[in-house]
Amino acid sequence: MSDAVVPHRSEDNAQAPRGGAGWLRSALDSDIFYSFRRSKLTMVAAAVTVLFFLLAIFASWLAVQNPFDPAQLQLINSRIPPLWAADGQSPFLLGTDEQGRDVFSAILYGMRISLAAGVSGVVFAGALGIVLGLIAGYFGGVIDTIIMRIADVQLTFPAILIALLVNGVAKSVLGNRLDETATLGVLVIAIGLSFWVQYARTVRGSVMVEKNKDYVAAAQLIGLPAPKIMLRHVLPNTMGPILVIATINLALAIITEATLSFLGSGMPDTMPSLGTLIRIGNNYLFAGEWWIVAFPGIALAGLILSINLLGDWLRDALNPKLR
Amino acid sequence: MLAFTLRRILQAIGVMLAVGVIAFAMFRFAGDPVNQMVSIDTSAAQRAEIRHSLGLDDPVLVQFAHYFINALQFKFGVSYQFRLPVSSLLAERMPATLELAICATLLAMVAGILMGVYSALRRDTILAKLFQAVSLIGISLPTFLIGILLIYLFAVTLGWLPSFGRGEVVKLGWWSTGLLTVSGWKAIIMPAITLGLFQMTLIMRLVRAEMLEVLRTDYIRFARARGLTTRAIHFGHALKNTLVPVITVAGLQFGSVIAFSIITETVFQWPGMGLLFVQAVQNVDIPIMAAYLLMVSLIFVTINLVVDILYTVVDPRLRATVSRAT
Repeated sequence: MSDAVVPHRSEDNAQAPRGGAGWLRSALDSDIFYSFRRSKLTMVAAAVTVLFFLLAIFASWLAVQNPFDPAQLQLINSRIPPLWAADGQSPFLLGTDEQGRDVFSAILYGMRISLAAGVSGVVFAGALGIVLGLIAGYFGGVIDTIIMRIADVQLTFPAILIALLVNGVAKSVLGNRLDETATLGVLVIAIGLSFWVQYARTVRGSVMVEKNKDYVAAAQLIGLPAPKIMLRHVLPNTMGPILVIATINLALAIITEATLSFLGSGMPDTMPSLGTLIRIGNNYLFAGEWWIVAFPGIALAGLILSINLLGDWLRDALNPKLR
Repeated sequence: MLAFTLRRILQAIGVMLAVGVIAFAMFRFAGDPVNQMVSIDTSAAQRAEIRHSLGLDDPVLVQFAHYFINALQFKFGVSYQFRLPVSSLLAERMPATLELAICATLLAMVAGILMGVYSALRRDTILAKLFQAVSLIGISLPTFLIGILLIYLFAVTLGWLPSFGRGEVVKLGWWSTGLLTVSGWKAIIMPAITLGLFQMTLIMRLVRAEMLEVLRTDYIRFARARGLTTRAIHFGHALKNTLVPVITVAGLQFGSVIAFSIITETVFQWPGMGLLFVQAVQNVDIPIMAAYLLMVSLIFVTINLVVDILYTVVDPRLRATVSRAT
């Protein structure tokens, strides 16, 4: 994936305009953007990812109906195959399901939930992992041992198992009748608790290198409090690998959410994510109504594949050893 | 060596104790066991009596000791939904899961090694590139999507294979096997492929990387100089040396295979422990969840312990290879 990167010289570096445009210019001139332009596959993956995010964000404008507002659904429109099939009907591009729900609209809304769960899950896991990693690396000693031992143990178990357990326990503590937003919250916490270890390990490793450097000693000498040194001075120097982990984890988090929803312990039918849509559609597979499950499946696979490709590229681009 | 082994065994016991505490906490504090067992019109006195008979008013430490001692004897309490002892439920379903996991692992190893060797020896052929693409898909696609795709192709469209269940089962004592009947073999094909695909890609990538590395070493060059046939060099010398890390990885991954069978078993309605666990999560059946957690942890901890000890016995260099691959 990582093409041999030749040092890139811009012909008009000297006359780069100042101010905001200069910042943009220097970003466009950077090695990372150069390696981005060199890889067609990465550009396609980035385009697909951006497209999916835009579709999800503008779902309410692009969809022909709000698929979760029962008032807008009509049973007469149920089980219509995709537009290009013999019985296809406009405006149902990808057909409709049992309740007359437009599959395309449902995918747009479902993608919104999937991405929201994935992104918040990654942010939560990252925040938790970074804080614990900073504390473990900066203070060392007993705290370090405790945090890292927990991390070691957790790493031996697959994330999906932990997410299922956290989800199940949360449900039994909070009662089985949660509303949709609370379910999403529980999912985000379950994903966060199953993915924090990698961040903590990475941050801890970098912190242990960074904390012996002179700038940290200088900051300690002028009397800055430990939290400030960790967040303002040490953390920014550990961000490169974190970004890579976050990208790859975004794909994993989306898979985890989809899997939980598919297994029936994630998002409910009233506010489905892509995984829920696949679970619902799976029931109609034997009736020959393949489009109800196929299109959400393709959307999910495309989303995960393109995010994975982006993550692979970012890992290679940010890792100078591979150049 | 002895000190290392003892330390690792102590660590493993520590981990199991920690998991035991979590399982007990789930069992005891997540949901009131009494409320799950009685109906609405049970009087407070009767509730107190049940509470007492279950030992729920003992000090927490005593309760933990009870739970722990019972768990050591594989007594995990009574399932809320089935009203049956959890241990007999698990024992009844364990053969299905183990058969599926073993078939998936064997399939992954055979196919993964073949594909890996081929794509290392014939790097630039179309087939080798196809294998690479398949491995990217195997890593990117969620397990349940692969399962649904297989069902649509081979069960719905072609009608060759059954889409759910284990087929006919033969009882051998307490073990029930589907591997002695034709319908059992037909039923296990798709679940085994679905479950094994991820491990297969992992093994294929590992074998390919190891083969490429080994083929560059001096002893292979020397074997060529001795005039050995290509076949003898590739399979007698090169492949043999890549197999140790492959077997290690496959062994380490066996725990994950059992855990991931949760998803495969749900897609194919395979009557194993994973399906039981998913139903338990949906119905908030805490005793089953806690027991499953303990069982899977025991499998994980045992495998890790055995592999760790074997490393030091066999070859310390393997440590680096395996941690890179997993």
